[in-house]
Order: sequence, then structure tokens, then C-alpha cells
Amino acid sequence: MELRSTLGRVRGLGSAKDGAHHWWAQRTTAVALVPLSLWFVASVIALVGANHATAVAWFRSPINATLMVLLIVATFYHAALGLQVVLEDYVHHEGQKVAGILAVKGLAALLGLLAAIAVLKLAFGG
Amino acid sequence: MAQSERPLSPHLQIYRPQLTSILSISHRAAGVALAVGTLLLVYWVVATASGPAAYATAQAFIRSWFGMLILLGWSVALFFHLANGIRHLFWDAGHGFELKTVYASGYAVLAATAVLTVVAWTLGCAMMGRP
Repeated sequence: MELRSTLGRVRGLGSAKDGAHHWWAQRTTAVALVPLSLWFVASVIALVGANHATAVAWFRSPINATLMVLLIVATFYHAALGLQVVLEDYVHHEGQKVAGILAVKGLAALLGLLAAIAVLKLAFGG
Repeated sequence: MAQSERPLSPHLQIYRPQLTSILSISHRAAGVALAVGTLLLVYWVVATASGPAAYATAQAFIRSWFGMLILLGWSVALFFHLANGIRHLFWDAGHGFELKTVYASGYAVLAATAVLTVVAWTLGCAMMGRP
């Protein structure tokens, strides 16, 4: 007899041992990225052909810097979750799969942090 | 998992390609392409933060034919993944599963991708001539 509720099982012990968290995080970042990516495309278009001073001035704006950091965090989180699913679906060797997922997560953290710190450096005028 | 001699379901290449299946795998392919494309985003931001010389190098690369090709592919992948992603969010909310609706939304995604790409590049080219 199963004494745990359906909700309790889903929250704690799904097939990937993390319930629906991965799924929800993928959707949450997706919803965030709809306006963020449209804003980013508009910003890139506005900066086409801009010289260095103009580009730096753009990053100095607190709104632009904030939205850029948000975009970077949401993008790399969403990308890492998506690439993880791709690896889980197509890589059948357990060791290679785990190594691939670790590489994806490590690279996402590294590149995301690098981009975010570059944005903050520009924003604070370093 | 032990290999068995049980019959397998038909392989992917047996099925006739349909809009639904093509858009489904393209969503995944575009997502992977966009993940690789984040390298360009990182390069652009880091180059800007590194100073005028690095910025000029990045700008020259993006303006080369190879840079433009990457940017074109990136923009198509982004607009497609964005539009089809919204389609997926509607499915996640439980809407649009009827076969007719699935096809209509699929064609809408293709149309939105084309329109957004043309609009973005028209505006971008218009910005090209400024100082």
C-alpha cells in the first residue's frame, strides 16, 4: 500500500529524483525569455554600427544593465536545462551522459558568470 | 538494460516527414544552435568591456560575411525557437491539441519566424549607415 500522496511523490522522487522542478524551471525561464529576448533583439538593432563609446554608454544605463544580467541568467539556465534533456535523450552510455551534463552545467555557469561580470564592469564604469 | 530479440517499433526514417514532426525536432535543433550561439553574446559583451580595440575587432568579425552568416542563422533560430516556444507554452497550459489547431499554430510559427526575421534585418540594415 502506498501511503505517500501523489503530490508528495511528484515533489520528491520523480524518475530523475527531482520531481517536476526541472520542468517548471524550464517553463519559468522560457516565459521570462519571451520579453527579454525581444528586448535584446531591439537593443542589438539599436546598437548596429555603434562605436565603443555609444555601446559603453548603453551598458551604463541601470535598466539596460539589469535587463542584460536577467537575460544572461535566464538564457544560460534555460540553455543548460535544455541541453541536459538532449543529452539524457540521446546519450545512452551512463558515464558519458553524466560527464556531458556536468560539462554543460559547468560551461553554462562559466560563460554566464563571465558575461554577467562583463556587463557589471561596464555598468559600474570599471 | 539487457538486449532482447523483441520486435522494435518502426524507426524514425519509416515515417513520412510531417509539419508537426519537423517543427518538433527543429525546436530542439534551434535550441542547441542558440546555446552554441551564446558564445557570440559572451564575446560581444566581453569585448565591449575590454576596451575600444577589442570592441573594434569584435565589430569587424560580426560585420564580415562569416559573422553576418552566423548572425542570420542566430536570428532565424531565435525567432523560430521563440515563436514555437510560445506554442509549446500553450500546449503546457492544455490548449491547442486538436489536429487542425496544431497545424494552424505550426504554420503561424513559420510565418512569425519569417516576418520577425525580415523586420529585424530591415531595421538592422537601416541602422547600418549611421556614425
